[in-house]
Order: sequence, then structure tokens, then C-alpha cells
Amino acid sequence: MTAATGQPAVDLREPAGWRRVKNQVATTAMWVAFAAVLVPLGFVLYTVISKGASAISWTFLTGGPIPPNVLPAGTGGMGPAVIGTLEITGLAAVMAVPLGILGAIYVNEYGGNRLLARVVRFMADVMTGVPSIVMGLFIFSIWVLHFGYSGLAGAFALGCLMLPVVIRSTEEMLKLVPNALREGSYALGATKARVTLTVVLPAAIAGTVSGSLLAIARAAGETAPLLFTILTVTSTNANVFSGANTALSAQIFANATQPYLGAQSRAWGAALTLIAIAFILLIVARFVTARFTRFSS
Amino acid sequence: MSAVAQADPAAPAGSAHPLSHRRPLGDRLFAILAAAAGVLVLVILALIAASTSQQASSWFSTEGWSVFSVDWNPGTNSFGAMSYVYGTVITAAIAIILAVPVSLAIALLLTEVVPRRWAQPIVYVIDLLAVVPSVVWGLWGILVFAPWLQHIYASIASGLTGIPVLDSLFGAPVSGASFFTAGIILAFMITPIVTSLSREVIATVPAIDKEGAYALGATRWEMITGAVWPHSQGGIVGAVMLGLGRAMGETIAVALVIGASPVITSHLFAAGYSMPAVIANQFGEASGEFRSALIGLGVLLFVITIAINLVARGVVERSSRRKRGA
Amino acid sequence: MDQPEPTVATSTQLPKPAALQAASPQDEAYAPSGRPVFDAKGVSIFYSSFRAVTDVSLTIYENEITAFIGPSGCGKTTVLRTLNRMNDLIPGARVEGNVHYRGASLYGTGVSPIAVRRRIGMVFQKPNPFPKSIYDNVAYGPRINGQRNKAKLDDIVEHSLRQAALWDEVKDRLNKSGLGLSGGQAQRLCIARTLAVEPDVVLMDEPCSALDPIATGRIEDLMHEIKSRYTIVIVTHNMQQATRVSDRTAFYSVLRDEKSDTRTGVLVEYGRTQQIFEDPQDSRTQAYVTGRMG
Repeated sequence: MTAATGQPAVDLREPAGWRRVKNQVATTAMWVAFAAVLVPLGFVLYTVISKGASAISWTFLTGGPIPPNVLPAGTGGMGPAVIGTLEITGLAAVMAVPLGILGAIYVNEYGGNRLLARVVRFMADVMTGVPSIVMGLFIFSIWVLHFGYSGLAGAFALGCLMLPVVIRSTEEMLKLVPNALREGSYALGATKARVTLTVVLPAAIAGTVSGSLLAIARAAGETAPLLFTILTVTSTNANVFSGANTALSAQIFANATQPYLGAQSRAWGAALTLIAIAFILLIVARFVTARFTRFSS
Repeated sequence: MSAVAQADPAAPAGSAHPLSHRRPLGDRLFAILAAAAGVLVLVILALIAASTSQQASSWFSTEGWSVFSVDWNPGTNSFGAMSYVYGTVITAAIAIILAVPVSLAIALLLTEVVPRRWAQPIVYVIDLLAVVPSVVWGLWGILVFAPWLQHIYASIASGLTGIPVLDSLFGAPVSGASFFTAGIILAFMITPIVTSLSREVIATVPAIDKEGAYALGATRWEMITGAVWPHSQGGIVGAVMLGLGRAMGETIAVALVIGASPVITSHLFAAGYSMPAVIANQFGEASGEFRSALIGLGVLLFVITIAINLVARGVVERSSRRKRGA
Repeated sequence: MDQPEPTVATSTQLPKPAALQAASPQDEAYAPSGRPVFDAKGVSIFYSSFRAVTDVSLTIYENEITAFIGPSGCGKTTVLRTLNRMNDLIPGARVEGNVHYRGASLYGTGVSPIAVRRRIGMVFQKPNPFPKSIYDNVAYGPRINGQRNKAKLDDIVEHSLRQAALWDEVKDRLNKSGLGLSGGQAQRLCIARTLAVEPDVVLMDEPCSALDPIATGRIEDLMHEIKSRYTIVIVTHNMQQATRVSDRTAFYSVLRDEKSDTRTGVLVEYGRTQQIFEDPQDSRTQAYVTGRMG
């Protein structure tokens, strides 16, 4: 390397101090923000696990009926609530997921740029923002007043919450399916329904399943819609279609304000159970996305 | 090219000539079914509006404009909603003030600072935050968080006695279950959605703009303020508004930690109430006009959140249109 | 929304825009000093374990326009981006060998990429004005370097836009968005933005490939005007452009490794533009410049 004569030495060090400081402060602030959510989350999970673990047992998860609040921990169990959560959320999923997928198929495959399709897409978006308590009041006004409290009413309310979420997430997945796949199927003489059901939907199935699982996880944890539709009782109701019912979320709400330690302990146990259910669904959803998102391997 | 026989089970054999324009019955039915599912969304929204308004109509007609008064007393059959509206607005405002900087910071962390490989754990944490049910936040809030906060509030309040503005905001009366506690818990709950929406918005900033800023010798923060922010402004405003809507509608966690005391006060550490909270807490024992009033609060909530949603999406639409050229 | 390019006379020699008449007195007595600005020795560039470019050695001289030409995938843009440490932004990118800028090692310890990029600017293939006003676009660089004085900023903005031959067209709408300009104007805005920080070197990555011939001509004129004050390195896939604007040309090509089926960029020949195009020493160069390859 020839060092040219008379060239001034070049200074390539860091720029003025305050610019570097501003950059550092900004980056540090971002990490602090992350800590600001990580710490409380950790604290909540820790509390639920430690307080709930002591209440959990096989009797707790399957036994019933749910005892009166004054009774200490260890008596009775939350079985009715577990069954209630599973049957009501399950029924809601059975109603909302297929309808949601069909709705997404309409918006993305059939609707095109027509006004109706655009309105439906827009309104589905808006509907995701409707508060869950409003859904509960809605089902109360339109169903419970005429047909009484039941698990079915609760399932309707949860279903209404899930429907727009399933539509939107499925629609996103359908949009990602390359058009070449559709054209290949049409070129073989398939009808549109056949193309959609045998080629497009399977290609989008991973994202659709995981989106639906996330919607179910959220619905399982909902309380407000159930308050107006199932009339929280204390014994198992295997008939989800008629008669009042109960669920973990509703029970936690009922117990949370009780001064009795037994009731509180049962609430923690129910909370741990609920989080475990939601957590499992979340993990399965992420696993499905990671493992199966491929259109053309 | 051989003619592929259409094995469509819904069509009776031989009815669909391969070159005719008539779609087989099954295909048409499916299309109608799909459209019906889509229209179901509109039907449900319309029914929500209709049925709840109908239930609330007796409240609206009895109270008239005094639905917005502060006098809520089931005993005297007067139901003015103002204190609940106030509580809803205040707690949502606190939640937004706390959550937006944190959410934006995390969104920037994920898009600009952390390499792709290391972003996954952070995303998992945010996912986990989103999946904690509202009632669990409320349970933890009322049994663990609020009592702890009470001590902190008390010390802050005693330290601020006498100071003009701060005392009326943060001074006595002080309660663990209060506006502020509800606001904090709401902030935890809306952070995931504001973060993930902001992330989506920031991800649409073209890489070439970021390179342009770096090529001028910008530090990362300068690149963010110069190239990322102008592009993302509108989308982020929309994301914040959607978070606001979510905060206003959140029921159970707030019902448990807000203190169940319908007052309008500037003291943020005092117990208060909100629309969804009072509906959840008192619906069980309500009947007649009381119940109509509670459902009416639900109608108000519905209208407010729909309005916020519409405006938010309008803002996002307009900003993404403007971004494509003056 | 789009501003049409003003029509020009049909002669091949575009008239020098009036704005550039009032340039510095150096223009009339252009005499490059011959000092080296960049000295690259044995430079290889890797993306993780993939060797993208191998063993490049050349010297870039002050106040000259140097062109990098070659077929696609030959690494000319990769080498260009090494000169202002823009490859740092790509995870896994790594440089071996020596790159010296005016005597200082560009990749030595303690060297700040930010300081490097302030001195060595870059114009990109696709114009990328920020979604800000024209004024704020040009003022962005000086502002982040601490210049706050409004009067001085006004001066800098005007001077830079004049150098980029854009002042007359935008002086009445400095507050309008930079996104509303035509392709050629937007690229000149990006050039003005780069010049506003008073760099030493301007790197250009195929700056005209997204522009029509008239806009291209204006930018080539611009390059001639400013080269007495800056050192310019331009990557181009247009050989005629290289002959029109550059003093020296570096021809890169691709080495194919049959075993691993990888392609690595390599510098084939470097010299004065006239020599490269009229009397190339390497047969690959000759094949490329006569159009038989690439």
C-alpha cells in the first residue's frame, strides 16, 4: 500500500458522543420495555403455578360438585367446570370453525372485488373488535330470554366471538396459496367447489388449523359471555344443550371475590387448569405452523 | 387431450354436458353456502344492534338524555351512566399511555434490533402474554397485585400531599383496587395486539429506504426516526386505536380490580367503576329497568367500540394510500 | 402526481443545465491528483461459508469516475458495498483481505461504520426518497450530523440541489413530498441527499437502470460536473455508459466451481477505460466488451 504524501490522517472513529448516546439509550429503552412485560408475566405465571399446584389433584379435576365457598380446599372438585369448559368451548368450535372457513372461502375465492365481499371482509374485521361482554348480552337478549340458560347459549356467544377471528386468519392463509395451484386444478376440469376443497384448502390447512386453535384458546378463557348465558351452577351438566352449566372461567370469577381461603384456593387451581388448556392449544398451534407450512415441498 | 369425466357426486349422471355453461348443482350449492356464511357476519352484527337496543329501549325512553347523568341509583330507579363512562375512558387512557410506548419499543426491538433467529423467544413471550385469560389477570390482580400496589400508592400519595396538580391526580384517597390498577392490567392485556399490529406495519417499510438512511451515515435510532417512522405513522395510529377499543371493552379483569365504586374523581389511585365492569358485577341481581339500563350500557359500549374500529381502519387505509405517493 | 421530464432538444449532446454554470472554478481546470483513495488487496467477501467474491485487488484514484462492469452475479455490487461497509447489514457477511481508505484500514478495529458512511455515500439502483418533504430529504443527513441552524440548512439544501441539477425544478415546492417526483427527479433528489453531507466518495449502484434515456443522460452529465469535487465509483451493466462517463473500468466475471456448483465473482482486468474497451488484455474481457458474452 502506498501511503500518499501530504494526505491528512482520516478519522474513522465513532461520531459525536451524543449521537451514540441517543442510539444506546434508545436500544436500552427497548430492552427495558421488554422486561416490563416479561417480569409481570413471569410473576403471574409463577403465582398461578405455585398457588394452583397445591390445589390440583385428580379429584380436583374430575370430582364434583363444586363445594360452597366456605368449605376449605380439598373438598369437592372442579370437575363440573372442567367438563363445562370443554363441552361449551367444543360446541362453539364446532359451530364457528366450519362457518368461519366457509366465510373466508367466500371472501377470498368467490367474492372477488364485489361490494358484498368487501363489506363482509370489512365487517369481519370490525366484528373482531366487538367486546365479549356485548356478545354475551346479545345472546341473552335474543336466546336466553326465550329459551333459558344453557351451555348452548354460551356456545353461541363464544362462537360469535370466534367467527370473525377464524374468518380473518383463514382468509390470510387462503391468500397465500399461489394461483398456479388453482389453475392447475381448473385445467383438469374441476369445478370451483372441488378446486377449493381439494386443492386450495389443503394447501392452507396448516395456517387455518393453527389460527382456529388460537381462536379456541382465547374462547376457552372467556368469562363475560358466559355470565349471561349459562348461569354458573355447581354440578356437572352433561347435556350441553339444555339447562344451566358452568365453566372454569366463570367459576374463577365467582370465587375471586370470596374472602374464604378454600374458595380462593379452588380459584387458583381452576386458573392453573385454564392456563394449561390455553397453553397446550397455543403450543400445538405453533407446532402445526412450524411443521406443516409448505405448499410445494 | 382426453376428456376427463367430471366425477361430481352432486350432479346426476349425464346431466352436465362437458361443454355446457350450467354449473353442477353441488358447485352452486357450495357457492351459496359460502356466501351465506359470509353474510352471517352482517346478520349477526345487525342482530346485536337490534336485540340489545330493543332490550335497552325502556331505559333510553325513561331516562331520555339523563342517561348521561351521574345519578345511578337502583333504589330510586334512576340510572345515569356518566360515572361508568368516565371510568371506562380513564382506565383505557391509562392503559394506552402505559402500553403504547412499551408496545412500540418491543415492535422495534423485534424488527430492527434483534437478529431473526433470536426474535422467536421474544415472540413467544408476547404470545404467552396474549393467551392469559382475562379472568386470570383479574384473579392475580385482586389477590396479589392490588394489595401490593396499595402500599406503593400510599407512599406516593403521602409524598405528594400539598403539591397542586400531582396531589389531585395521585393523592389520597388510595385503594389497591382502583382506576390505576385497572389501567395497568389493561396495559398488559392490550400490549400483545398493539405490538403485533405495529410489527406488521413496520415490516412493510421497504428495506431500500432503511438502506438509504444507513448509507447517509445514520445510527440505527436515526434510521428509525428518519425512514421507519414516516412510513409507519398511520398504521401505528390505527394499531393504537384498535388497542384503545380493546381496552374499553375489557370486562372481567377490570371488574375484579377497579374497586366497584361509581365515582367521578381525578384521583387515579381511588376506586372506581367502568361500563363493562358494572354490567358483569350487577347483572345477576338486576331486573326490569335496572337490567334494561345495564344492557343499555352494553349498547353504548358497542357503539363506541364500533366507532373506534371504523375510524382506526379508515386511518390505516388513508395512510397506506398516501404513502404510495403525494 | 408524477412530474413529466421537461422536453429537451433532440441533439445527442445535451446542453449543460444552467444551474450548473455557477459551479466552482475548479471545473474549468480539471486535473485529478492521482492520489489513491481506495486500496484493496486480496479482498474476498463471504456470506457465511459461501465465497461470493475472490481475491480482488485494485486502486481507486481521487476525482476520477471508476466503473465496475461485468455479467450478472459477478460480484460488482458486492465489492461496491464493501467500500462503505454496507455489507455489514447482511447477517453472515464477512470480508477478508485489506481495504484501505486514504491510508486507514476500513475494517480495522475501532472504525465506526457510521463515520465511514458519512464520508463514502451511496446512491441506489431504485430511487428511494424518504416519505418526507424534498427539503427534509436533503436536510436529513446534515441534521443527524448536528446541523440545526435553519439558515445554514437552507444553504446546504440549495447547494446540494444545484449540484444535483434539481434546484430549478423543485425550488418552489421544497415542502412537497419527495415521493411525488418522477423517477429521474427522485434519483437526482437521492444524489442531492447524498451530496448534502459533503462526502469524499460517491458510490453508485446502477443509478440509471430504472430510468429512461433522457433522465439517464442528465445524471451522466451531473457525474461529469461533480467529479472534480468527488471520487465516484459506479456499477453499471451498460457498457456504453461506462465508456461515456468513466476514466477507469474494472471488469469482473464469474468463476464456476464445477464440484460444488457455486459461482464466485473475480476481478479479471482493470485499467483506463479506453484501454479496456479498445485493447483488452484478457480474452474474457474482450469477449464481454465485444458482446459475445454476458
